[in-house]
Amino acid sequence: MREISLHLLDIAENSVAAQSHRVCIEVHENLQSDLLTASVTDDGRGMNEETAKQVLDPFYTTRTTRKVGLGIPLLKLAAEMAEGGLSLVTESGKGTKVEAVFRHSHIDRMPLGDLAVTFLTLLVSYPHIHWVFIYQITDRDGQNSNFNFDDVELKAALGDMSMTEPDILRFVRGIFEEGIQSLAHQTVN
Amino acid sequence: MPAIKSLEELKRVREEALHKKQMKAAAGNVQVIVAMGTCGIAAGARDTMKSVLNFIEKNNLSGVTVTQTGCMGMCEQEPILQVVIGEGAKVVYGKVNTEIAEQIMKQHVQNGTPVKDYVLPI
Repeated sequence: MREISLHLLDIAENSVAAQSHRVCIEVHENLQSDLLTASVTDDGRGMNEETAKQVLDPFYTTRTTRKVGLGIPLLKLAAEMAEGGLSLVTESGKGTKVEAVFRHSHIDRMPLGDLAVTFLTLLVSYPHIHWVFIYQITDRDGQNSNFNFDDVELKAALGDMSMTEPDILRFVRGIFEEGIQSLAHQTVN
Repeated sequence: MPAIKSLEELKRVREEALHKKQMKAAAGNVQVIVAMGTCGIAAGARDTMKSVLNFIEKNNLSGVTVTQTGCMGMCEQEPILQVVIGEGAKVVYGKVNTEIAEQIMKQHVQNGTPVKDYVLPI
């Protein structure tokens, strides 16, 4: 994986597989504390203590059950390479939260990448899931700016209209691209 | 946040799309499925997906459902893309980069002819 947003897509796939109803992806670039935090929180079936320990092991995955996969160990490694780490909070029957923290300025911190496409891909492919996307930037002076997306209003307005109808797709892509780009330029300075 | 304004716009866009869709409904439903396991994503499946969505947008292609599936056990063939037209059989494509995805969208999804060169023998 070359981007944090690809990892997020991958981890979110686990949430979908765990029969979640609501999945929240949150990215926080904090230039004041020099941290990049990325998390995926779901209300899926969760894991018991034993399984939660095993998913951090890349050789745990058994193809027949395939509860998680290489995804979590890969993200853990990526975070550790950038002076960060991965935490996994889960409860059987309640849900799971996977959070990766990176040192923002670390030379080995992979780029955030195309967050807009990750969001669009998930929203369009899994319309039955309630998606919440949060992207926040805190600048060096501690000023916050946010992009918050909750699909409830969008879906209510769409009714039974498919999100892959070209006009709708164009509209939704526009929301993500404009919303994220308007924030993202702030991290360059 | 100009959320309310956007929603007003969305309702208008929806009405227009609904009108167009009614005119195209006879063409039958087409399903495009992109494999998005860890292996697929690492091999570039998100770019493949982006290419599929771009094609739909650029060519105003109505009635296409885009979904995902997980690892299919053929990680070496990723990114894998499948096309199902109406009640027809599933056609599975391997090593689908953005260019091949565009070709499949044009030739198979839009015009009904599978792109034989990239079909996996399953």
